[in-house]
Amino acid sequence: MSQLAAALTPVHQRYLLEARQMQALSFAVHIPLVAFGIAFPVMVLFAEWLHRRTGDPLYLTLAQRWSRVMVALFAVGVITGTILSFEMGLLWPNFTGTFGSVFGLGFAIEGFSFFVEAIFIGIYAYGWGRLSPRAHFASGIPIVISGFTGSLMVISVNAWMNHPGGFHLLGGKVIDVNPLQALFGNSFLWHELIHMYIAGYIVAGFLVAAAYAFGRLRGRWGRYERAALAIPLTIAALASPVQVLVGDWAAREVATMQPVKLAAIEGLQASTRGAPEHLLGWYTDGQVKYGIAIPHMLSLLAFHSWNATVKGLDTVAPAQRPPVNVVRISFQMMVGIGTMLALLGVVYVVVRIRRKRLPESRWFYRAVVLAGPLSLVALIAGWVTTEVGRQPWVVYRVMPTADAVTGAGGIPIGYGTLLVVYIALAFAVAWILRRLARKPLPSADTPGGVHV
Amino acid sequence: MLDALPLVFALAGLTLYTVLAGADFGAGVWQLFAGRGAHAEEIREHAHHSMAPVWEANHVWLIFVLTVMWTAYPEAFGSIASTLAAPLFLAGVGIILRGASYALRAGIESRRELRVIDAVFAGASLVTPFALGAAAGAIASERVPVGNAAGALFSSWLNPTSILIGVIAVANSAYLAAVYLAADARRVGDPELENAFRTRALGAGVLAGAIALAGLVVVHADAHSLFEQLTSGSALAALVASVLAGAATLALVAHRHFELARFGASLAVAAVIAGWALARYPTLLPGLTVQQAAASHDALVALLVAVIAGAVVLFPSLALLFRLALTGRFDPDVPAREDDVGRGRRSIGAPLGARVAAALLIAGVGLLNVASAPWAHAIGVVSLLAFLVTAFLQIAPSAIGTDG
Ligand code: HDD
Ligand code: HEM
Ligand code: HEM
Repeated sequence: MSQLAAALTPVHQRYLLEARQMQALSFAVHIPLVAFGIAFPVMVLFAEWLHRRTGDPLYLTLAQRWSRVMVALFAVGVITGTILSFEMGLLWPNFTGTFGSVFGLGFAIEGFSFFVEAIFIGIYAYGWGRLSPRAHFASGIPIVISGFTGSLMVISVNAWMNHPGGFHLLGGKVIDVNPLQALFGNSFLWHELIHMYIAGYIVAGFLVAAAYAFGRLRGRWGRYERAALAIPLTIAALASPVQVLVGDWAAREVATMQPVKLAAIEGLQASTRGAPEHLLGWYTDGQVKYGIAIPHMLSLLAFHSWNATVKGLDTVAPAQRPPVNVVRISFQMMVGIGTMLALLGVVYVVVRIRRKRLPESRWFYRAVVLAGPLSLVALIAGWVTTEVGRQPWVVYRVMPTADAVTGAGGIPIGYGTLLVVYIALAFAVAWILRRLARKPLPSADTPGGVHV
Repeated sequence: MLDALPLVFALAGLTLYTVLAGADFGAGVWQLFAGRGAHAEEIREHAHHSMAPVWEANHVWLIFVLTVMWTAYPEAFGSIASTLAAPLFLAGVGIILRGASYALRAGIESRRELRVIDAVFAGASLVTPFALGAAAGAIASERVPVGNAAGALFSSWLNPTSILIGVIAVANSAYLAAVYLAADARRVGDPELENAFRTRALGAGVLAGAIALAGLVVVHADAHSLFEQLTSGSALAALVASVLAGAATLALVAHRHFELARFGASLAVAAVIAGWALARYPTLLPGLTVQQAAASHDALVALLVAVIAGAVVLFPSLALLFRLALTGRFDPDVPAREDDVGRGRRSIGAPLGARVAAALLIAGVGLLNVASAPWAHAIGVVSLLAFLVTAFLQIAPSAIGTDG
């Protein structure tokens, strides 16, 4: 299939599918925590900043309570991320062994981001009331920055896998490695980074808001709850419409750089001039059945032109096409949910501006309660689109996933174990979040009242 | 020379991981052996509170070692990770359980819950260093050949040498933890705890040393070439240095110079790791030298620049964290700092200009979604992000807590 001479000899792995599912599982567990790693520090710091500006103890309470949640989620992010690092070697040793020198730099720099993040989370969480307020606030800023740089680095790796560069193949050997070119001179990086970074704010924002919206439906609605709802909800409400714009950009980048992925997203069999777009439906026998066709829409969206030609799946051999329905359905889920979130966001923003208050309808709060989990679904669906749409390549058009996999036995055992551990972890996280929510509000007069 | 430099970094990272994170694991071991009753509870609490602010930072050294290894020596990394999948996976599960218990401890309300969580924590603290030590033992005893899972899945790490090194890793962790916790107890001013951990440190230290010395017999029988490497030339010198440093730390602990003892213990660990590396150099894995395994020149240079630049940020940050932790600023009963917040009671929400936000939004849409040149996209994205910030400041803060 490829001209590549991998570092280690590729082996036949009976459990390739399980290996891929294990990888996907680990990501699906890590990535929601990443969303919190990106956005939660900003919310906590904003609350602390409000306290510094207004002197209102309510905001201090809010920041302290949120910071406990932040610490707990960070710990889980750390361990699930560690598993991902292990899996680069445990599941895909030949990928890492062949291309580690090309993409490894991204992870190495990311390691330093994690250091900074971990160090300052420790200082921030245990420094309440023990550092001067200014120093304490300042200790939160590196957390925000390293959340961004960490995402930048890891996504530069993913963008490279999707759009590889920065090396040459000579007789199948990887030569002329230029890691900077590979990671940062890559036009695929920017839309992925921005789209993911904004997704972090959407997911964390709607999930936190959902908790308080749920409380409101149950009658918990004091000043504290209103502030705790408004901050994350405002963030998510603004970010969601912007995400649609960024998503449109992402789609156009994919159209030019990964035409086969786009064809899978749309279920487009043959290259078509003025291609239509299908909403919903099921891809089978080379066409989308039961879908709603909108003429010319795909050409218009992907290339901004009524009659542009969109490449179809049949531009490559069947063995080189990704599983169309998985990609298509995930994509439609993301876009469908994304559109609804954007509408909800616009409603909220309009009410805030026009009426200068929070919305009052119970339906609005019911929608927010739903928006939390749905935004998470959109996040994972988006990654499934990207990652499964890249199949059957681990390094797009260079290394097939089947060549990357480990030759070690026992993958199903590892997969099963990890599944059990992660289910337990999910329960544990739910438990700790409930417990933290139940703990009495620390009195705002004793800044040392928070003890994590 | 350039070829070997990343290895030096990785080994330095490994030493720091062994010393710093090792102490975290060891704290878990002491929780396991704390027994029951009020005194035991105190020991557990102390072990937890001393480690909680620093464990994540200490853990990242492992990530550092992994990333340096796969960037600089990808082929060797792939071979090691695939052959040693079982112990590494075990260590991974241990890391999950341990980290999760740190997170969960914040929510406990009853003794019973505490006991369950501490039991998980302690179990994971035993498994992880053992598995990582056994993996190191597999590499040391040349049971990891080059290739995709070319070595044995089990006997590569379940053999006398590997098990020995796994056990030493656990004992050493327990020792390091006891020294650290004794120092911490003294800082908090709790002589009873200090004595408890001093006794433990002495016990564990003697035990670790004894296992290590007795282990030489095991290595002699099981991995003869490793034995020869370790007992000749510069490696022998390093080994002797390690034994001396180990003995010296015991004396320091006995005389309650705990801080110095920590440095001594680090030295002992560093000497063993360095000795081992020197003994094997330039072999990395059987049949693969460091030079053969190393990535290309440019990749190594980029990595080195990144590591050095990273270190410039990292070390001051770490110094700050440890200074705060070691001077007791994170202790529960330290008096709170005077809060000078909100002195001015400034009101917020001065109009920042809804117009600016609107203009940024329109510009962003035009440049990102209508235009198609890359430069336009770049400016468009920046405009949209700027829109988000301005719009947020515009609507978020004003009277949030009071309206509705
Ligand atoms: C809250 C989450 C969320 C929401 C509401 C949306 N997306 Fe998304 N999308 C993601 C979260 C996400 C992501 C973070 O999961 C992905 C995976 C890879 C990436 O860069 O972002 C993604 C990928 C992704 C890709 C593939 C990019 C690639 O393979 O490089 C496209 C084409 C879109 N998205 C398009 C959209 C459109 C048109 C949306 C509008 C309605 C949209 N997304 C909403
Ligand atoms: C192959 C993929 C990935 C690997 C190997 C990986 C690795 C890791 C590791 C090791 C950690 C723990 C850091 C620590 O010890 O403090 C971590 C946490 C984190 N990762 Fe990932 N990660 C991956 C995917 C991602 C992705 C896709 C993103 C996001 C955009 C991301 C962003 C983060 C962030 C922000 C954290 C901090 C955790 C938190 O704040 O909760 N990672 N990751
Ligand atoms: C940013 C860093 C990421 C890296 C380096 C990365 C790397 C990989 C690798 C090495 C594989 C296995 C090989 C393959 O199946 O092609 C994989 C598969 C996969 N990843 Fe990613 N990934 C990243 C982000 C994500 C995220 C955030 C998700 C979120 C859910 C994700 C979802 C998946 C899925 C679903 C698969 C399985 C694909 C299949 O089996 O068809 N990935 N990824």
